[in-house]
Amino acid sequence: MSVALSAQDITRALTRISHEILEKNQGGTNIVLLGIPTRGAHIATRISSIITSIEGSEVPTGTLDITLFRDDLRIRPPRAIMPTKIPTSGIEGKDVILVDDVLFSGRTIRSALDALGEIGRPRTVQLAALVDRGHRELPIKADFIGKNLPTARSQSVRVLLSEIDGRDEVTIEEGVEQ
Amino acid sequence: MRHLLSIADLNKSEAISILDTATELARVSDGAVKKLPTLRGRTIVNLFAEDSTRTRISFEAAAKRLSADVINFSAKGSSLSKGESLKDTAMTLQAMGADAVVIRHSASGAAQRLADSQWMSGSVVNAGDGTHEHPSQALLDAFTIRKHLGMGGSDLAGLSVAIVGDILHSRVARSNVLLLSLLGAKVTLVAPPTLLPVGIESWPATVSYDFDLVIPHVDVVMMLRVQQERMSDLFFPNAREYSRYFGLNGERTANMKSGAIVMHPGPMNRGLEISAEVADSARSVITEQVTNGVSVRMAILYVLLAGGALEVGSN
Repeated sequence: MSVALSAQDITRALTRISHEILEKNQGGTNIVLLGIPTRGAHIATRISSIITSIEGSEVPTGTLDITLFRDDLRIRPPRAIMPTKIPTSGIEGKDVILVDDVLFSGRTIRSALDALGEIGRPRTVQLAALVDRGHRELPIKADFIGKNLPTARSQSVRVLLSEIDGRDEVTIEEGVEQ
Repeated sequence: MRHLLSIADLNKSEAISILDTATELARVSDGAVKKLPTLRGRTIVNLFAEDSTRTRISFEAAAKRLSADVINFSAKGSSLSKGESLKDTAMTLQAMGADAVVIRHSASGAAQRLADSQWMSGSVVNAGDGTHEHPSQALLDAFTIRKHLGMGGSDLAGLSVAIVGDILHSRVARSNVLLLSLLGAKVTLVAPPTLLPVGIESWPATVSYDFDLVIPHVDVVMMLRVQQERMSDLFFPNAREYSRYFGLNGERTANMKSGAIVMHPGPMNRGLEISAEVADSARSVITEQVTNGVSVRMAILYVLLAGGALEVGSN
């Protein structure tokens, strides 16, 4: 096991992502942050509070569960459904920033795009990920990346966050093929 | 979990995970687009060999909201009314490629028979078998109670529920006693002795013959329909007497705890076990039970059809 990002690295990466989001969208007035549970939701909350501290105004932040839109429901055991909470401002005409912890095959994001389509029609959909580990299986790319981590398929990337895991850390572990 | 035949087959965490899944799925029913692609390409057969309105429609709506294909099959107007056996019907459904069968049957154990046989390979959901069980009704009742009175926890610990009326013929009562006690609620059964089954002492519930003594102490009053179609004997002298001792009227509801709710699985005999005044009162959550039924049945179909064993709390 090797540590890819320390707690400090994670804070720096999220601060940079927050600035990049504001730069690309000319401020935070039209954006909505949607985290993909479980850890993406916590990361979205953190980015939201960083943006608030920079801009001084709150950014609508919610969660978007993609379980019911997955393409592997028939081949994997059913998963528990996590909460979806769309901010009251809605997503219609907004710049939606999807937030996830690890970008890997891209299938989660494909499902998230389908899930968004059921809710409304945002002006743009952008993607922020703490870690991009490569091995895409779909033509999907992140707009904001905390860290590019070159990995082998056999390795697994674990994101630990203080909200649920007690500490902040990203590790790469040798493991079975995922 | 492959079949849902009886509440007795569930453990506490499985029951709670179905309720939690239903909570999330309820948001879909509230949304503008009431459709999810989750069960696209799956075929669900509603095999209703006994009359039903809400359960059949509820299962149909649930399956359709998850994008499954639904085939309705009721006793009237099908080969069942020509005397076809359950086995032949099941083999026909298998040949058509049914992924799940939702079965309502007048014989207790019909769903179990279908699940245990090698007649078909799909999942079996018991939508009421004779006087045995009606697990999806119990789950939607527990869901409704948790939504109204749940004290923040995931179970029903600390709540007290009275189930009143025709316990003897009621599969709703059997499933509810099992589920509510599994979830930590205290259940009191109120009925005339003639409408209590043999062996009631072994149920995880207390029994009372006096509705007026019970009513001030419970959080939920669940009225049961007097099932005249299953009554081959005289179980009480007359409807007026039954109504006076075991019916829920405005006078009795006045003695209920504040915040306590009135439930009924439907269809109601207004004026017999429940007065119209109570059925339409603010305490009544009867129509909400129907709404919640769709979410709970979506959760059941999701858990049974979206894959193998249920993983709880995983991501």
